[in-house]
Amino acid sequence: MVHDSSWSNKLFQVCNYSFLILLSLLCVVPLVHVLAMSFSSSTEVEAGLVGLWPVDFTTDAYAFVLRKSEFLDSILVTLERLAIGVPLNLLLVTLLAYPLSKEVKVFPLRTYFAWFVVFTMLFNGGLIPTYMVVKETKLLDSIWSLILPGAIPVFHVVLLLNFFRGIPKELEEAAHMDGAGHWVTLFRIYLPLSAPVFATIGLFAMVGHWNAWFDGMIYMNHPDHYPLQTYLRTIIIDQDLTVLGAEDAIRQFENINPRTTRAAQVFLGSLPVLLAYPFLQKYFMKGIVLGSVKG
Amino acid sequence: MKPASGASRMTLRPSSARSMYAQWPLYAMIVPGAILLIIYHYLPMLGFVMAFQNFKPTLGFFDSKWVGLDNFVYIMNLPNIYQVIWNTFYISIMKVVAGQVFPILVALLLNEIRINIVKRSIQTLIYLPHFLSWIILGGILIEILSPSRGIVNQIIQAFGYNPVFFLGNADIFPYVLVVSDLWKEFGFSTIVYLAALTSINPHLYEAAVVDGASRMRQIWHITLPGMTPVIVLVATLSLGNILSAGFDQVFNLYNSSVYETGDIIDTLVYRMGIEQVKYSLATAIGLFKSVIGFLLIAISYSLAYRFANYRIF
Repeated sequence: MVHDSSWSNKLFQVCNYSFLILLSLLCVVPLVHVLAMSFSSSTEVEAGLVGLWPVDFTTDAYAFVLRKSEFLDSILVTLERLAIGVPLNLLLVTLLAYPLSKEVKVFPLRTYFAWFVVFTMLFNGGLIPTYMVVKETKLLDSIWSLILPGAIPVFHVVLLLNFFRGIPKELEEAAHMDGAGHWVTLFRIYLPLSAPVFATIGLFAMVGHWNAWFDGMIYMNHPDHYPLQTYLRTIIIDQDLTVLGAEDAIRQFENINPRTTRAAQVFLGSLPVLLAYPFLQKYFMKGIVLGSVKG
Repeated sequence: MKPASGASRMTLRPSSARSMYAQWPLYAMIVPGAILLIIYHYLPMLGFVMAFQNFKPTLGFFDSKWVGLDNFVYIMNLPNIYQVIWNTFYISIMKVVAGQVFPILVALLLNEIRINIVKRSIQTLIYLPHFLSWIILGGILIEILSPSRGIVNQIIQAFGYNPVFFLGNADIFPYVLVVSDLWKEFGFSTIVYLAALTSINPHLYEAAVVDGASRMRQIWHITLPGMTPVIVLVATLSLGNILSAGFDQVFNLYNSSVYETGDIIDTLVYRMGIEQVKYSLATAIGLFKSVIGFLLIAISYSLAYRFANYRIF
């Protein structure tokens, strides 16, 4: 665009910068406030003196939270779910996307299979029947209940298959000339070319597994089996003081109260996402643009 | 050109050069995913028979009594069902409209920012809430909106007004949902519009300047028409989600004092099915939602195909 140095344009620029900077601060200020609370002493928090910076700095809330076995156990459940769930997501998405990216003359049933997969995104059995199936397949209270029902993110299949279709056919044909079958073509040619899309899908799968809470809540009968976000729900949303720990445990730390410990857990619960965020940002824009451009 | 190894194995038709090599791996690759989809996505669809039964877990599908449409009749007579359906539409339509208009505006304004580092910093901050769960954001909102001690009400009181019970007042709860959903998602929604903006040919703007078009006229005659396909696409696709007013958000923010305006179909199904163990009734409502939702999605996809040339795959 062409620069315009008129008075009205300058005024517009000033307003525009101010508005957008304010708006962007508004997106993170609530998080900063809660972070500040988590590092402040309970008396200052109760007196309403904590703004965006810790007052009477203390790490007692974190010391308390990190000693709670329920909190640590739930992190382990989430880590287990990530360790199994994310690679499985990637593998299944890849194995579905490759055949579905073929043309009909190469893979005659392609269209039927593609609709078979996409239909699950358009229509679903609803909460109760899905719950019954998970129950009948004996997954309740098992880590697999958090992994298998959602093992195939259909949207990611579509994303990857559209990317695969953009890969020049000549590469595949050349590989076939040299005697490569579909397995070799997929793993030695397509996958190395798809690193950015893979990073996108992998990061999204990680964030998805980390943030998931509903499956843990309905499929786990014992709170010991809760993943982190499900456990955090009992603390942060239900504010269940019995889960928070015995009164005695709280008295050991004079500087904490339920509000500061909740704040600490809110922050710890979002910390891995915040740490992964720079990588996420690098890839998701590409991923979204890739998904919207058809090959 | 035919691979030599293939020629000896197969009888050939001229058009089948591509099928020289084995096709079974393509089927083998689909099998694991297909099995999981059948078990966890297609099998539950059969579970819809429960909607026509008085389902008792102890009796199972085969021995539970068939009741025809009784469950649906019962649901139609529930005193709050129409309110819940209305709430669902009301909340999600407000979310769709706000969630599209505001990101378009922000994308247009961001596009006017010339200093790249400022632009990128703003983008970094506004995308962030999208990646946090509603548990985390719910925890933050419950804390800052608390009427007795939350910082928002401290500010409101500092200006001499009475504290507002944002999450406990049925009159304002739906708007709290809309605004907080907008807060979480508007930044992320701008991405697709920004991508559309960058794909507009810069020569168009140069030509417009030569013709003496003002900045507003450029936006009206070049930028907006350039974004129209994406706007139409997002609008039609969001039609398919109109029955999902955002379970994750509502479930983590609502409480019994705002059921009147905040209860939506999904939360009702949850309370009926999981908390009260009325499987048949919950399934019947779920079936209603799935069927209507499917029709809406089918309509929205065909509209998206017709007006924006959109195809899923």
